[in-house]
Amino acid sequence: MKIMNMVNAINDALDIKLNEDRSVVVYGQDVGVEGGVFRVTEGLQKKYGADRVFDSPLAESGIVGTAIGMSIAGLRPIVEMQFCGFIYPAFNQIISHAARMHNRSRGDHKTPMVIRMPYGGGINALEHHSESMEAIFGHIPGLKVVAPSTPHDAKGMLISAIESNDTILFMEPKRIYRAIKQEVAEGKYTIPLGKANVISQGKDVTIVSFGAMIREVQKAIVMAKEAGISVELIDLRSIYPIDKETISKSVKKTGRIITVTEGPKSFGLGAEISQIAIEEAFLHLEAPPVRVSGFDVIVPLPKGEHHYMQDPYKIFYEIEKIVKY
Amino acid sequence: MFNNYNPINNIEFQILDHNGKIVAKDMLPSIKDADLLKAYKDMLFARTADLQIVSYQRQGRIYTYPPNYGQEAISGAVGSLIKDNDWLVPAFREMGAMLAKGVTLKELFLYFMGYEDGSKYSKAKRTLPISVPIASQFLHAAGLGYAIKYSKDKDLVYAFVGDGGTSEGDFHEAINFAGVWKIPVIFIIQNNQYGISTPTKMQTASQNLAIKSIAYGVKGIKVDGNDYFAMYKTLQESIKICESGEGPVLIEAVTYRKGAHTTSDDPSKYRTKEEEELWDTKDPLKRLKSYLISKKLWTDKEEEKIIEQYKVEVDRQFIEAENYGPYPKEDIFKYMYAEMPDDLKEQEKEYERFLEWKASRTK
Ligand SMILES: Cc1ncc(C[n+]2csc(CCOP(=O)(O)OP(=O)(O)O)c2C)c(N)n1
Ligand SMILES: [Mg+2]
Repeated sequence: MKIMNMVNAINDALDIKLNEDRSVVVYGQDVGVEGGVFRVTEGLQKKYGADRVFDSPLAESGIVGTAIGMSIAGLRPIVEMQFCGFIYPAFNQIISHAARMHNRSRGDHKTPMVIRMPYGGGINALEHHSESMEAIFGHIPGLKVVAPSTPHDAKGMLISAIESNDTILFMEPKRIYRAIKQEVAEGKYTIPLGKANVISQGKDVTIVSFGAMIREVQKAIVMAKEAGISVELIDLRSIYPIDKETISKSVKKTGRIITVTEGPKSFGLGAEISQIAIEEAFLHLEAPPVRVSGFDVIVPLPKGEHHYMQDPYKIFYEIEKIVKY
Repeated sequence: MFNNYNPINNIEFQILDHNGKIVAKDMLPSIKDADLLKAYKDMLFARTADLQIVSYQRQGRIYTYPPNYGQEAISGAVGSLIKDNDWLVPAFREMGAMLAKGVTLKELFLYFMGYEDGSKYSKAKRTLPISVPIASQFLHAAGLGYAIKYSKDKDLVYAFVGDGGTSEGDFHEAINFAGVWKIPVIFIIQNNQYGISTPTKMQTASQNLAIKSIAYGVKGIKVDGNDYFAMYKTLQESIKICESGEGPVLIEAVTYRKGAHTTSDDPSKYRTKEEEELWDTKDPLKRLKSYLISKKLWTDKEEEKIIEQYKVEVDRQFIEAENYGPYPKEDIFKYMYAEMPDDLKEQEKEYERFLEWKASRTK
């Protein structure tokens, strides 16, 4: 065991895979010499050489498009989008090819690649650096989308993502890159993608969340406990595929569900999860599903961001309302 | 002039050398002493503000900021020539050009303090807000250029991008569209040698960036971007080309980012002290200052005095921005659409109900 934050844990996962698999290459803007703007790839170029860990020209479409070619040829590229707001030039390559090649070629061409991308708000950043647009990506048939909430999960999930034969969008909650430290097992382990994690058991309300919002929910759970309300917390971990079984099992037990996500409300992940609860556990529901989410607005610049982000009060407010429904 | 400096030959157009000596007398633009002095002072003001912002940032009084330090002559020359009715399409490292258009320092401060209000320019006409997604603004410039041509107006568009930005598809599409449309756009690449940590030579195998103009059938030139005169002369010629319907033009302005990429960056990770010192000798302000002193237009004493005045002015506007006040919650909703959907109004009301509840609980 070693104490690690999420940056260390992701770096460790990359290190392990670069070490054991020659087909793994890592590239993106500033990931080589500098080790990435968040230092996630620090030290890897020195260790594995500039043909395996390198800086690319400044072009997201170029980065993802070339990774598709490499992956078809048998490499396992792991590419970095510097910030969530800059993935859009690559959208065409993701939606038109990465997500389709396998189906288009009837399984002949696989695209085993990982697109890593820091996402989410709460870091007082400039425009385009704070979005949480998981719903857009979850909506793309052929793409898998995951997001860890702890260093331990980040390492195990990233190793699984690298070993997967599909294209995985690996969303990293940059707000908690360094905020959480925990003991992480040394050496290799995997966490299966598509499986949610029940973080805490409860009987009155189920909360489903992921990524950086888990910490905010945990603070709200403390408030709920003081008010005598028992909350079950599910960390989704995988946005697509989504773990219906864990969600429905929990809702059948509690009868109430709240989703907590950072992205805008409409057509978001909260709606998807609520619908799963309705389809799978309709007769157990004691209240309509509730979404705690961003508003349908652009994430405000730092001075206005607190109006947008989910704070523990916003979550507790809904917990209190749903149990009284 | 553009023929003499065809980028295929990889010569850099220079008039004022590193020591402040005129090396191409025949090319020296005729600028009135008073105008030249004003240009120098504007650049000095921009530099004073820029350095001060970095220190405000260190004090935690402003968020992430991308310094302009070392690149002032490019914005300075644009500032000297851009007209009220010309469009300015910035990236995010063009303070001098923005100030010349009438953007106030206070507005820039507000932006970097985290208020969208800092992108609403009270005095500057025809100035687009700072554009963060690299190179995306170049296409807007082409659209603005088309609109000018369509209206048979005589105005111009000045658009900025960095060396890193030349790798994005949008850069190439913009120059290509503009070439096909023959529109009055002056595309300026500030080649400050780096895109964050990535040196220009890792962005492209081309021997220079101006050469990319050739492929799109437009005029291009590589110019010493730390030489105010060369920049001025290049822009003057570019304006002529655009006005005669022969635009667009692509200018590679060679410069150096003396500061960090942003205040969260540490250049010592990817470049050497020796390199920084070498470029320090090519500093745009030092150069112009030596020239002005040799012409008896300026003295060290005057400079010291005026910098003190500028510092006071910068600080005054900064404090004004600091006292701008809280961010009203309605502002996150109000500007989303020209016509706000009912559902969004409802989201705002729900937020108000929550805030009331929160106030009652946290008393
Ligand atoms: C589309 C996009 N990708 C990535 C980024 C992150 N980023 C911000 S500045 C920068 C480097 C820009 O380099 P350059 O174009 O040379 O401009 P400079 O910063 O040197 O002025 C990068 C990669 C971004 N803002 N937009
Ligand atoms: Mg640059």
